[in-house]
Amino acid sequence: MDAAQALADLTEISSQIESAVIATRKGAVLASTFGDDGKGKEVAGLALELLAAAEEARGEVEPLVQLEAATGQGSVFVVRDKRNVAAAVTTPKPTVGLVFYDLKTCLRLLEQEQEAAKPARRPRKKKEEKSGS
Amino acid sequence: MARKAVAAVLTAGAAAGIAFWRRRRRPAEHVDVYASDGSMVSFAPGSPAGDRLLPLARRVLAAARG
Repeated sequence: MDAAQALADLTEISSQIESAVIATRKGAVLASTFGDDGKGKEVAGLALELLAAAEEARGEVEPLVQLEAATGQGSVFVVRDKRNVAAAVTTPKPTVGLVFYDLKTCLRLLEQEQEAAKPARRPRKKKEEKSGS
Repeated sequence: MARKAVAAVLTAGAAAGIAFWRRRRRPAEHVDVYASDGSMVSFAPGSPAGDRLLPLARRVLAAARG
C-alpha cells in the first residue's frame, strides 16, 4: 500500500476526518487529500511547526508521538513514527481515540510498505584467506 | 448480597458522574500532547503553551479549509 492508498483508505473509513496529509519528518509530502500540491505542502509544514512547538512546550526528554489540538472550528491531529508524519483536520468534537487509531494504522501500513520496498541486502562474500604466505 | 449490589451500583454511578462532570469542565479548546511513554500533557487557553499552540492549530485548519 502506498501513501496515497493509505490516505484514501483513511478518509473512507473515518467520516470525521475532513482532510489529511502524510509527509516525511522533514516535510516532503508523500500524499494528501488536497488536489493542490502547494496546499498539501503548506498544511504539512504547519503541522510540523505545531509538532515542534508542542515538543518545545513540553520540554521533556521523552519524544512526542502525537497531539490533538481542539478548537471551536475543528481539531487538528498530528501523529508521527520513525519516518513519517500524518496530519488530519476534523470536524469539532471528534472521537479522539478513533482518529488517533486511524492515523496510526495509516502510518503503520505505510511503514510496512516502505520496509517491504527496501532492496534486500546482498550477503557479503567472505574474504578468501590467503594461502601459502 | 443485595446490599453489596446496591453499593456496587452506587459506586459505579458516582464514578460515571465524576467522569461526566470532569469531561464537562474541560475547556472546549485545548492541546493534548502525548509522549512515547504514554504520558499526556494538556495545554489550555490562557497558559503560555496553549496560547502559542492554539493559534498554530487555527492556521493549520485555515490552510486545510481555505
